[in-house]
Amino acid sequence: MLTKRLIACFDVVDGRVTKAQQFQDNIDVAPAEDLAQQLYEDQIDEIVFYDITASAQKRKIDLDTVRRVAQHVFVPFTVGGGIRSVEDMFAVLKAGAEKISIDSMAVRNPSIIREGAEAFGRQCVVLSTQVKHVGVSAGLPSGYEVFIDGAREATGLDALDWVRRGEDLGAGEIVVNSIDRDGTASGYDLEITSAVADAVNVPVIASGGAGNVDHIVDGVTTGGAQAAIISSILYSPRFERNPSVRELKTALSERGVPVRPYLDA
Amino acid sequence: MMNRVAIIDYGMCNLDSVQRALEECGASATITDEPADLDHADRIVLPGVGAFGDAMARMRARGLDTALKELVLGDGVPFLGICLGMQMIATVGEEGGETPGLGWIDGVVRRLQPNAVDRRIPHIGWNEVEARGSSTLLQGIPPRSDFYFVHSYHLDCDVDADSAGVTPYCGEFTSVVERGAIFGVQFHPEKSQQHGFRVLKNFLAY
Repeated sequence: MLTKRLIACFDVVDGRVTKAQQFQDNIDVAPAEDLAQQLYEDQIDEIVFYDITASAQKRKIDLDTVRRVAQHVFVPFTVGGGIRSVEDMFAVLKAGAEKISIDSMAVRNPSIIREGAEAFGRQCVVLSTQVKHVGVSAGLPSGYEVFIDGAREATGLDALDWVRRGEDLGAGEIVVNSIDRDGTASGYDLEITSAVADAVNVPVIASGGAGNVDHIVDGVTTGGAQAAIISSILYSPRFERNPSVRELKTALSERGVPVRPYLDA
Repeated sequence: MMNRVAIIDYGMCNLDSVQRALEECGASATITDEPADLDHADRIVLPGVGAFGDAMARMRARGLDTALKELVLGDGVPFLGICLGMQMIATVGEEGGETPGLGWIDGVVRRLQPNAVDRRIPHIGWNEVEARGSSTLLQGIPPRSDFYFVHSYHLDCDVDADSAGVTPYCGEFTSVVERGAIFGVQFHPEKSQQHGFRVLKNFLAY
């Protein structure tokens, strides 16, 4: 059967992976290519890489780092940050990525989702959303609002309206990234994750808050997600101990979650 | 053994990972959109993502369809289609309007039909492949091993014997086709870690 994916997420600054808490206070972890290689050998299912300062600094994505990460990684690789056009997307794909993640730019210019899907197929376009619980109001029936630019700017968009629109425009996958839970290790926001999973018919990826195996199990069961983005648990120095992908998969399997089994060389 | 592999480039997609994976498996792989370059190849790989109709139009515009036919059907040069590249060897594709394919494998490329269990399209992620009969590509790979898939359409074979492997999603679809020296995989061997390398090595050894 189709297994649940464990996706390692890198927030990259100047070629190095950093780890933030609720989109702030980034601490340095390791060079992106070294961490990618280590996690690939540990049989992570997929890697996603955000050039987190590209958008704010209004510069192009760091293609050199994308190339170096892609060099030895033979699992799917998604890249996001600072992508403004189909040309930018093509440059990232040529640098070795399979998929493009768009977030703030998609809110500013939603037609980029359609243009990307038409040019490269919808499986190439991942719509990433930063959502925050703000309470139900007239314009926000789900009680969750979409934010952009590293969670700094509110958009007034309702999270569920936005993901439905993104799917209609051609997004092939949706990432639900909870601003409230980001870096907190307190578990995914299951309420909005499952609401998004019900609202769309493309794969949904839970993001923000995974601190232990139970959280991952909850994300792909109660949360209804097809994949779980993990980061802190894998490599944050704030954790007393970072489990290996192998350990996580064994634990998930023991709890009845279908995963790609770890293979001995 | 010589293993010069030509990877066909007919437009906008990432072929670097296919090239790197083939080189990891010991081949010498070059990317080309020139029909003349294919004459020097011991094997041909046709990768691809995107839409069927668009991809076929790009192939025809470059004369790649005619060149491939001569080499693969005429001279028997081993051929591997990956993802959309597997779909393009079918008789016809339904994506983006009915479009004739290369027509080497009898069958139609149809959209996956969601059901109550598998309602999400595209089919994205690691899913199992079960060999049917004695598959060349799946040799040495444990039954029901996982490979990485990302697609919304699948090749529905008219001839059962062409289907060398199947995958359970939206019912069951053919994920490996084999007929003589013509091979196709719906998954991405270049993104499927060890098992993917084994599939590529099996192709290179054929």
